[in-house]
Amino acid sequence: MDLTLFLQHLANGLSLGGLYALIAIGYTMVYGILRLINFAHGDIVMMAAYFAFYGIALFLLPWPVAFLLAIIGTVFLGMGIERVAYRPLRDAPRISVLISAIGVSLLLENVAIVAFGGRPKAFPRPSMFAEQWEVQGVRFNNLTLFIIATCLVLLVAMFILVYRTKTGRAMRAVSRDLEAARLMGINVNWVISLTFGLGSGLAAIGALMWAMKFPQILPLMGVFLGLKCFIAAVVGGIGSVPGAMLGGVILGVGEIMIVAFFPELASWKYLFAYSLLIVILFIRPTGIMGREIQEKA
Amino acid sequence: MSKNTVSKILTLISLVVFVLFLLWAQQNLNPYLRRIMILIAINVIWAVTFNLVFGYTGQFSLGHAGLIAVGAYVTAILTMAPAQKEQNFFLAPMMWPLSQMEWSFLPALVTAALLTAFVGFLVGIPSLQFRGDYMAIVTLGLAEIIRVVNMNLQTITNGSLGLKGIPSHTTLLWSWGAAVITIAFIATLVKSSYGRAFMAIRDDELAAGAMGIQVFRHKMIAFVIASFFIGIGGGLYACLLSTIDPNVFIFLLSYQVVTVVVLGGVGSITGNVLGAAVYVSLFELLRPIDGPIPIGPVTIPGQPGMRMVIFSIIFLIVILFYRRGIMGTSEFSWNWLLTKLGIWRESAGVQE
Amino acid sequence: MSNKLIVLLVVVAMLVVSVPVVGAAEPDVIKMGVFEPMTGAMAAGGEQTWEGIELAKGQKSEVLGKPIEVVLVDNKSEKVEAANAMARLIDAEGVVGVVGSYGSSLSMAGGEVSEKAGIPVVGCSPTNPLVTKGKAYYFRVCFIDPFQGAVMAKYAVDDLDAKTAAIIQDVAQDYSVGLSFYFREKFIELTGDPKSVVAFSSYQTGDQDFTAQLTDVISKNPDVIFSSGYYGEAALLAKQARELGYEGVLLGGDAWDAPELIEIGGDAAEGLTFSTHYDPQGATTPASKQFVDLYEAKYGRAPNAFAALGYDAYMLLVDAIERAGSTDGDAIRDALASTDKFEGVTGWITIDTDHNAVKSAVVKTVKDGAFSFLTIVEP
Repeated sequence: MDLTLFLQHLANGLSLGGLYALIAIGYTMVYGILRLINFAHGDIVMMAAYFAFYGIALFLLPWPVAFLLAIIGTVFLGMGIERVAYRPLRDAPRISVLISAIGVSLLLENVAIVAFGGRPKAFPRPSMFAEQWEVQGVRFNNLTLFIIATCLVLLVAMFILVYRTKTGRAMRAVSRDLEAARLMGINVNWVISLTFGLGSGLAAIGALMWAMKFPQILPLMGVFLGLKCFIAAVVGGIGSVPGAMLGGVILGVGEIMIVAFFPELASWKYLFAYSLLIVILFIRPTGIMGREIQEKA
Repeated sequence: MSKNTVSKILTLISLVVFVLFLLWAQQNLNPYLRRIMILIAINVIWAVTFNLVFGYTGQFSLGHAGLIAVGAYVTAILTMAPAQKEQNFFLAPMMWPLSQMEWSFLPALVTAALLTAFVGFLVGIPSLQFRGDYMAIVTLGLAEIIRVVNMNLQTITNGSLGLKGIPSHTTLLWSWGAAVITIAFIATLVKSSYGRAFMAIRDDELAAGAMGIQVFRHKMIAFVIASFFIGIGGGLYACLLSTIDPNVFIFLLSYQVVTVVVLGGVGSITGNVLGAAVYVSLFELLRPIDGPIPIGPVTIPGQPGMRMVIFSIIFLIVILFYRRGIMGTSEFSWNWLLTKLGIWRESAGVQE
Repeated sequence: MSNKLIVLLVVVAMLVVSVPVVGAAEPDVIKMGVFEPMTGAMAAGGEQTWEGIELAKGQKSEVLGKPIEVVLVDNKSEKVEAANAMARLIDAEGVVGVVGSYGSSLSMAGGEVSEKAGIPVVGCSPTNPLVTKGKAYYFRVCFIDPFQGAVMAKYAVDDLDAKTAAIIQDVAQDYSVGLSFYFREKFIELTGDPKSVVAFSSYQTGDQDFTAQLTDVISKNPDVIFSSGYYGEAALLAKQARELGYEGVLLGGDAWDAPELIEIGGDAAEGLTFSTHYDPQGATTPASKQFVDLYEAKYGRAPNAFAALGYDAYMLLVDAIERAGSTDGDAIRDALASTDKFEGVTGWITIDTDHNAVKSAVVKTVKDGAFSFLTIVEP
């Protein structure tokens, strides 16, 4: 394989990895605070894509408006889900919340099938994101650059939020010890709602980027995407935003490179994500950049 | 006669009545109803095994789908006729000697169950070392790995093209027979010292270990036994469906098993049976919702998929408000029934 | 405790109630089953086929003096659901005949069940030979893939002067795997060079990223790329191929024939060329022209191949029931097998000994954002 080909594959991998990273950030935030694997996260991504699609196709809004409204809508959706399906179970055994997340996931998928129909919809790609660039024989979309840029911006934004604001401190407190935080006067409910809203908003941004790159949206598009992005978050270090990004990139580049170097193994590429998960959980359970989480006896 | 003996006699009588009912049903009920009953039996097997691992031993495994796949595929491969195999494997010919094998149902089923138990053992080694959410993801990941491997073993499983034309060996007797055996075995296991060890592990793993219970070994025993019976359920499933492909066994199927158990009550075998019955019946009964519904002069137009929406809502309602499910953790017992009917008096004895 | 008793009684009651409900005496109708993918990856094909069937039912809603009741069951583009749908149609609904399905894998899965039950099925558009091979009760009104693969291979070599080709197939679909095989066979035969297929890659239904496969394939410089999968993946694949700098022609089969190909493919869909069953411009029988008018009157746009085939399948089944003079499965089967020059909207349908129809293929391309008729190829 010559250098250009390799670089092309790498560019493809970074493009895909960036998308995984964006969505993984939302996962990791929610898990960091609540220790909840939000199985419905992938489906929230799907809903965001459809919100934007209908904003443009049905309500004929200009795309920046539709995108913004989709993000806001998804934030409310996420907060609503937390309020209805997770908060009542906060004192129940942890497994119950997990099962509830499964239920929410199934509900979102089935509602989407009924409401949006089973046929794929074509997601618009505004011309701002549709430029093709070529550097030294390697071709990529400027969308890729936007994805990577967005990731970095969000990385910085999250860092500032979590480590430099009072709200961030509240979030870290709740993550460390919920009861103690409540006793210290932190409005735990509000912090958790905020976290969910934030996670969902990030999911929405990821959704829009994903749908622009892969313009076919389907009600079940979030199923495997969610699982893979969760794996990315775990690999990078669950609870760590830079970890989620790292995990996403590793996953994306890995998937592409496997097929690049071993084209006969194309159908085995799905194995990559799951195997990576198992390996990481054994070698370093907290993930590459994760912190030690105290296991309560 | 002690209450215990009476209970045992009653159980025996009801078993005999049940078998007679099955024989009658085989001859007289239409194929559609029979299919539903068989599906219920298979779901019972899956639910009871999940209950063993989760309800009694406290391990939340989302790997059921992968184990079901092993049972299904092995049974299918062993029972399909060579002519069918040749037709199916047109991308790459099937590996010899599998292409020539055609076994009868029982040996194929038992082999499938043993192989599934073995795979369960392999799956258990990594996953039983984790707890809670982490175990859930690891088992989910391993089940998905099984699925991807399935997709790629072109010469053994025909990959993504799947297997069509699996002989339909599954009848009411086979499926319910297997279900009854599974229930009997697991119920007995749970009442034994093993069962007490499992429940100790479920309630507090550290304390159980401190008391001298070999925690990992017991978890593995539960898991492997569960896998054995899951394999049987999987084999029955394959011969019912007549067509399988790797995408049947995605984690959504594991979710289905969880749904059934949650509906019926985690920790109650009676609950598992009821949950399976309710789930499968409801699934079929709600089908008309997918089509137009005439209510008097008005027809509500059908929407394909509405049925699943209602289902998801019911599921959420159960998990949010009726977390205990139908049965909670209590079991059906003759004692309870006869006491309710007033034939027996309330005694201070321990509930069965 | 009493709650549980109540619940138990409710469950038992439900089960008991469902028995008479399901086995209730039916009003005197003749039931025809339809199993199509109305949701899932192949929903476009299923929905389009259903349009044709509904239109046909509107035209002819009675046979043997009884009204026809059409029962549609969604097979969700899944093989297992296809088998379930067929079982449901036969066991619960008691249909005398079935129409369907779009998607050869789905037809094959459902066909296992119908074959055992002895219920005749007329396939509208599945093109893999195995759908009818060796089956007594499955028929189809469309051509089969050995022909279709050859059509595109010939088009590539004769019309496009292609010397090398690459093939990308959907390894989860029998249709795709079969069609690639036949294309490859014919292409090598026509170019005389066994190495003329320079790359052979694959993906799975539901995949969205093909950049790795495409980068590899494009690096081998094929004159044409033949992608035998379905419209959704094809559209994404075309987009990514163009983004990666591929400027050659992309060819496909009848699974590309859906509006989504253009919607999702956007600019990249321009120039995509594929074989299919029917085009309003290539109307060959008097019924064809009538069909175009009927369709436009009901749906307000030009008809598509699958609606036309759905229409034909329905009409053929009804015709066979009439010729058989009864609803007995074997009688209908014999009537279907002896179909000779039935006037369909997709052409004159004669069923051969393999239960297939001998039909011509239409080659279409995407031009200026719309499907455009190129040529007809006779068998």
